[in-house]
Amino acid sequence: MRAVALETGQWLEDFTRQAAVAPWMQQLREYAFQRFAETGFPTTHDEEWRFTNVAPIARARFVHATAVPLVTDAPAGPEPDVAETYLGKLASFRENPFVALNTAFLEEVVLIQVPRGAMVEKPIRIDYSSADGAHTAPRALIVLGADAHCTIVENYSGTGRYFTNAVTEIVAGDRAVVNHYKVQREDTAAFHVATLAVQLGRSANFSTNSISLGGALVRNDVNVVLSEGTDATVNGLYIVNGTQHVDNHTSIDHAKPHGTSHELYKGILDDKSSAVFNGRIIVRKDAQKTDSKQTNKNLVLSDDAVIDTKPELQILADDVRCTHGATIGQLDAESLFYMQSRGIGKQQARSLLTYAFAQDIIDRIQVADLREQLEKFLFEKFHEHAH
Amino acid sequence: MPLLEIKDLHATVGEREILKGIDFTVNAGEVHAIMGPNGSGKSTLAQVLAGRELYTVTRGQVTYDGKDLLELSPEDRARAGIFLAFQYPVEIPGVSNMYFLKAALNTIRKSQGLEELDAFDFLTMVRDKMTLMNMDQTLLNRPVNSGFSGGEKKRNEIFQMAVLEPKLAVLDETDSGLDIDALKLVAHGVNTLRSPERSMIVVTHYQRLLDYIVPDFVHVLSGGRIVKSGGKELALQLEREGYAALGIAEDEEVACVQ
Repeated sequence: MRAVALETGQWLEDFTRQAAVAPWMQQLREYAFQRFAETGFPTTHDEEWRFTNVAPIARARFVHATAVPLVTDAPAGPEPDVAETYLGKLASFRENPFVALNTAFLEEVVLIQVPRGAMVEKPIRIDYSSADGAHTAPRALIVLGADAHCTIVENYSGTGRYFTNAVTEIVAGDRAVVNHYKVQREDTAAFHVATLAVQLGRSANFSTNSISLGGALVRNDVNVVLSEGTDATVNGLYIVNGTQHVDNHTSIDHAKPHGTSHELYKGILDDKSSAVFNGRIIVRKDAQKTDSKQTNKNLVLSDDAVIDTKPELQILADDVRCTHGATIGQLDAESLFYMQSRGIGKQQARSLLTYAFAQDIIDRIQVADLREQLEKFLFEKFHEHAH
Repeated sequence: MPLLEIKDLHATVGEREILKGIDFTVNAGEVHAIMGPNGSGKSTLAQVLAGRELYTVTRGQVTYDGKDLLELSPEDRARAGIFLAFQYPVEIPGVSNMYFLKAALNTIRKSQGLEELDAFDFLTMVRDKMTLMNMDQTLLNRPVNSGFSGGEKKRNEIFQMAVLEPKLAVLDETDSGLDIDALKLVAHGVNTLRSPERSMIVVTHYQRLLDYIVPDFVHVLSGGRIVKSGGKELALQLEREGYAALGIAEDEEVACVQ
């Protein structure tokens, strides 16, 4: 038995102490826990976790607590069997130990269903807040019928040293339109691991924007499966300093022809922080005429920050266009001098340029109050940091 | 007291000495042209005056308005009234022209003990100056120089100068890359800003610009030194006879390599 597997024993107690749920959910919990007990926490020997050492999570002891999400502006009355139909079908507990652990603690599922043709104009908000020492397993399932529209904003925050292990599944019907935002503003002492699994219908239009600001150790997995003519935008922004570590793994699976995907991840790293970007693009054999673009740009503000960026293209079709690029750079000396030569102080110039680097991700946020809130937050963060 | 006094100025980039002893003096209200072939050190001189850290001053003094200029940071030089119009204005995506210029103006105003302007007062103040440079107001909302044509960038430099109202403006090859209409427009902007309180150093390769911005003095730079100084007629002589008449190669970079 591996050492890490021993650590899973600690979770058994919390697992068995859970209150009973519906039989189908209980069964899903048990399969998932069994899987978690088999694999244990991943180690850096696992390719998927090469640059992210989760030992601090494995070694720590948290007290399991039910996640209490605050959901606002969700449409009323999801059908009763929708959870049973979809839950666990997209986020596979077989492939990811953290998804297995989350599934083992299924309880309060945020269930949002937007019926066929319905347009939900107001963004639906899901807010989670964690307390010191807690382990929570937030779980959300969002199901859109054909031609349905909605916007989802997930927000994660808390106080202290805790562990959030979240899974969100989104199923969108044909021609559905979903704009998804995730804002991770956990305590800088907290651990945050999350998977977003998305299955899109024909000609559906999907965007996700993952803003990762807090956390001591953060791992975000975004897995999107496209259908014929689907358009997917997968954007992200990560801003870390101190000894923060953030790992973004994305997988965009072009399963059918004529799909389009655009991916832009930007990162700002300071002090001794570290970040990982791993962008997998899969183009299946019959996914001809796929058009896919991936970009990862990093601004490194200190000598000690570390970034590992890796595109991972698996292209099995022959008539496709796939481009990818990654950059790692510092603040431009010419731009700094230009600003200084106009009287702007060096520190202010640095903070303006840093802010400007993040600007194009922020500008793409369609939810006005969220955008303004982030603009203000970032502006103050860089300004404060510069002084 | 002269506004600017440069004495025996030497500057290097890396191991290479580019300025090898520059001396000249600029009084209030004077316009000095610095001419010279490529590689003679003209742009280096302009950048050293603005405080570019890329260059190291190894010898000499520069006194500006009674102060030791070389002691000041680039931003403090700007706050003290020095303005450099860049040969290659820098593009800054993500920072709007309006935000940038308002931040610049307000830091300069603050250092002079003046009140900061809000967005409304700022717009009122810049409107006339945009008209002067024939600039569209939408340019204010675009990122600094981003996607601007060469001519727009140069006009933007002079527009910034009009807004910041420096005591000493250094124009670094503001004419390069401009067609004749754009050149006239830029020169008109510069001439409008000429005043007894404002001095200018106009760095140029060609005499053409000096037909429109008529200097009081012309200095010819070669090999990092001023080899000849005179009145505006010196520029005309260079135009007629070329640098060769002064025993200077047209392109000193090439001459160095050979």
